[in-house]
Amino acid sequence: MLVSGWVHTAAMTVLLAIGTRKGLWLARSDDRRSWQLEGPQFPMQEVPSCAIDTRGGRARLLVGAKSWHWGPGVLHSDDLGVTWSEPEAGAVKFPEGEDAAVKAIWQLKPDTADRPGVVWAGSEPSALWRSTDGGETFSLVRGLWEHPHRLTWEPGFGGQAVHTVLPHPVDDARVLVAMSTGGVYVTEDGGESWNPSNTGIKAYFLPDPWPEYGQCVHKVARDLVEPERLFAQNHHGVYRSDDGGKSWTSIADGLPSDFGFPVVVHPAAPNTAWVVPLVADGHRFPPDNALQVWRTADGGESWTSTSSGLPESYFAAVMRDAFTPDDVADAPGLYVGGRDGSVYASPDGGDSWSEVVRHLPDVLCVRAASLP
Amino acid sequence: MTVTVRLPGALRDLADGARALEVEVAGQATIRTLLDTLGTRWPAIERRIRDETGALRQHVNVFVGEMNVRDLGGQDADLADGAEVHVIPAVSGG
Repeated sequence: MLVSGWVHTAAMTVLLAIGTRKGLWLARSDDRRSWQLEGPQFPMQEVPSCAIDTRGGRARLLVGAKSWHWGPGVLHSDDLGVTWSEPEAGAVKFPEGEDAAVKAIWQLKPDTADRPGVVWAGSEPSALWRSTDGGETFSLVRGLWEHPHRLTWEPGFGGQAVHTVLPHPVDDARVLVAMSTGGVYVTEDGGESWNPSNTGIKAYFLPDPWPEYGQCVHKVARDLVEPERLFAQNHHGVYRSDDGGKSWTSIADGLPSDFGFPVVVHPAAPNTAWVVPLVADGHRFPPDNALQVWRTADGGESWTSTSSGLPESYFAAVMRDAFTPDDVADAPGLYVGGRDGSVYASPDGGDSWSEVVRHLPDVLCVRAASLP
Repeated sequence: MTVTVRLPGALRDLADGARALEVEVAGQATIRTLLDTLGTRWPAIERRIRDETGALRQHVNVFVGEMNVRDLGGQDADLADGAEVHVIPAVSGG
């Protein structure tokens, strides 16, 4: 349920992790309007991925950091960022003989509470990794890495990476990944075999605009109440699937643009998603040069701008993981960060927004959760 | 033979604060065998100098004396007993 106006919630502290091009900042708030900011951690390292894993009644922070000199890594903290740990040999690396090296970790995704310890990672180059020890060490999911399509996946502007990992909440044999380019792939046998799952998603930039794979899917979000329902923000195109990704239908009507990078869903209500449109591939500015968040509460049948309080003179882009909900079920907070280094928060599902911080380096990812 | 590896500030925490490491390398040492040996004792340092394919990271420079190993034939460059090897991050970025 979306609640308008000021939201009163039980006493809680929300932690907001902000990954930027030059480090990680952490912010805390008891009301999601005023924030205490700390950072940077990992100064001068890119942080394209982070996660706050609150399963099991404790908070573990995970960060995918990349030093341009010293390479990438996945680090974890069990004391809210006071200290960080990483195996001496590294958390994510290709096995000997693969002749490939991890360039960056684009996604860190804790699995459901029913699968404690399982954390997924998506990397550049496009590979999927699975951890069973809470994100301390990861193993390569060979079924996707050895997929015959892999050599034909083309890198998007930012690189060739698995940027979305969506385990199924009920069936642990089913996982969906997405990459740019390549598109959506799904496994139904725990990662042994993978099939492209892009029917209905257009690839206007290819000679055949309806290929089996090769789409430039920017982000996919799974409805947490009806898990066969998915929302996808494409490189032009906003789609919904009602069958776990087997087919996709455009839901872009009603939006000011079908271009953008992120899409997120409500933590507890079905059919509710938000996007952050940009005008077009060739004009990557918000519509009307104003930062806009758009919400649907009916699965994409209709859209409403929920942008009150967001800046009206804004020329930055919001990256695919720089938009997130928190986990407050009855009054979800939303957090959006831009390449201009600003972050805005809404404690009421987008009805109202206020600034968390400005003038950070380019924001690459944000994640938020109420602390146990 | 013994080779001295001089570390940049960013890697010294991984060597318990040491500015340099004395590495005993069996047989005729090369940059490759030096780094292989370094990796057995200091894996967290070695993997920041080379990626998991064994290649030197793009923005890390390794010097033997004043010569960049990329100008000495890469990791197959021979090292003399007592050589000093400097690990220095490249000047790059913005």
